[in-house]
Amino acid sequence: MNTGRIVRLAERDRPEVRFVLDSEMRSALAGDTVLTAMLASGHALRSSEFGPEPRAGFCLMGACQDCWVWQEEGPRLRACSTPVIEGMRLRTTPPESWP
Amino acid sequence: MSDASSPRIVIVGAGPAGIRAAATLVAAGFHPVVIDEGHRAGGQIYRRPPDGFRMPKQLYGSETVKARVLHALFDRLAGERRLTHRAGSSVIAAHDGRLHVLGEGGVQVIGYDRLILATGASDRVVPVPGWHSAGVYSLGAAQIALKAQGVALGRRIVLIGSGPLLTLVGAQLLKAGADVAAVLDTSSWRQQMRGFSGLAARPIVALRGLVLRARLGGRYHAGVTLEQIEADASGVTAMRWRDAVGRERLTPCDMIGVGWHLRAETHLADLIGCAFAYDEQWRQWLPKTDEIGRAGNGVYLAGDGTRLLGADGAEIAGRLAAAACLTDLGRPTPSASADLRKLARLERFATGLARAFPWPDAMARAITNDAIVCRCENVSAGAIRESVERCGGEANRVKSLSRVGMGRCQGRYCQLAAVELIAAQAGCTPEDVGRFRGQAPARPAPIGAFLREG
Repeated sequence: MNTGRIVRLAERDRPEVRFVLDSEMRSALAGDTVLTAMLASGHALRSSEFGPEPRAGFCLMGACQDCWVWQEEGPRLRACSTPVIEGMRLRTTPPESWP
Repeated sequence: MSDASSPRIVIVGAGPAGIRAAATLVAAGFHPVVIDEGHRAGGQIYRRPPDGFRMPKQLYGSETVKARVLHALFDRLAGERRLTHRAGSSVIAAHDGRLHVLGEGGVQVIGYDRLILATGASDRVVPVPGWHSAGVYSLGAAQIALKAQGVALGRRIVLIGSGPLLTLVGAQLLKAGADVAAVLDTSSWRQQMRGFSGLAARPIVALRGLVLRARLGGRYHAGVTLEQIEADASGVTAMRWRDAVGRERLTPCDMIGVGWHLRAETHLADLIGCAFAYDEQWRQWLPKTDEIGRAGNGVYLAGDGTRLLGADGAEIAGRLAAAACLTDLGRPTPSASADLRKLARLERFATGLARAFPWPDAMARAITNDAIVCRCENVSAGAIRESVERCGGEANRVKSLSRVGMGRCQGRYCQLAAVELIAAQAGCTPEDVGRFRGQAPARPAPIGAFLREG
């Protein structure tokens, strides 16, 4: 199942956490950031608003703001500095209701 | 001592400088408030994984003891309630004795009488064509991923840039079992030798660097030219570069780490009104202080956010800034002369680093017109040059016209290269170009966070 961008090198025996990404159930490990969780099974966090390319974060220290991702209920979060939580519902694209 | 008559002292940042400043103030009987974006104290250099991870002691390498001492010191002071730790909180605005702090519950105003800014630094980067592709990260990001999450950000990794972090991150990734395909240094061996006399100020540190370099073996190449990051629709596929004798090389990879030493994080110092001076050695604008970190108006600066001396220098500067604060409050403070001597030695070493692993300003100036300079809004080098032709070479006019530096990182990752580009186009120096004005909020903040302000 580890087909994403990220490779786990250590600390692999943590409890599993399940979350929803683009309507699909995914699993991560407790203590993962949202960025780690999403990139452990995927290749992008979002699309650039100013070009065709996908984005996957850049600085991982809350400075570059490249890793903001959508939640199904609307508000965005910074994936590099937010821990993933059981039952989180995330999207790589804005919700359909977004103007 | 935290009664109403006691001055309110706030420290921003809980890295080595912030922790030492806090400990110094606690020892003098004060109860500082420490505001930090991290969930656990340590800063970026001594970043800790979340609870539940075993302490990955091998990841700090030779710095394990220093990291543990600082973590334990801070945890003890916080546990004994001798300081207030506001974790996971960002100062997004600062003015006239008030800080706007964004945390989980929204924006809160925290007042201060004395303010110590220990905001640290981030990677200094030069745009390489294709660097906006998914899978390109800062060198610091590669190290944070390893230390705080136990992961590599790709299956096959190429590191590019120059400076101590380039070698260190390469060696740390290798040791952890990652596949590092190449470590590409834009500084030539001859250039690196020019830093020798400065680097000799810390012979053990310099030697350790050489040992780490040796571990990289044939993966390490000095004096390279970085041509292009190749990418397809899902992200990075290869690094195209030339070796020291000009041979074209293509290294397949899915992750690239990039960085040329550090850029001081000065946004809050700017918002609070500190004076700045252009620093030729680091080719960036740095806030001005006296030798122990006094910036005036009850504001003190410590660590890489004001002088790029690394973690050891930050510990000393944190102590000194707190001592300056105590002196200004009329409290007795120990003599600073021993710490100042240590800082002078670190300063000589830093000069050696700056000389051995220089910022490649010529590369920034020559970046091709179609290359992206601002990753936030995909502003190209061509658009920046065109703006200079239309409105001249002043940083903020070019910013307004081209939107470089107006994206959500607020110029943190494009400003230094953009200023070199503008200077080259306008035929002036980077100092003449000036610097982008800092604007609040220093971090993006949802409107809702302000509505709950109370």
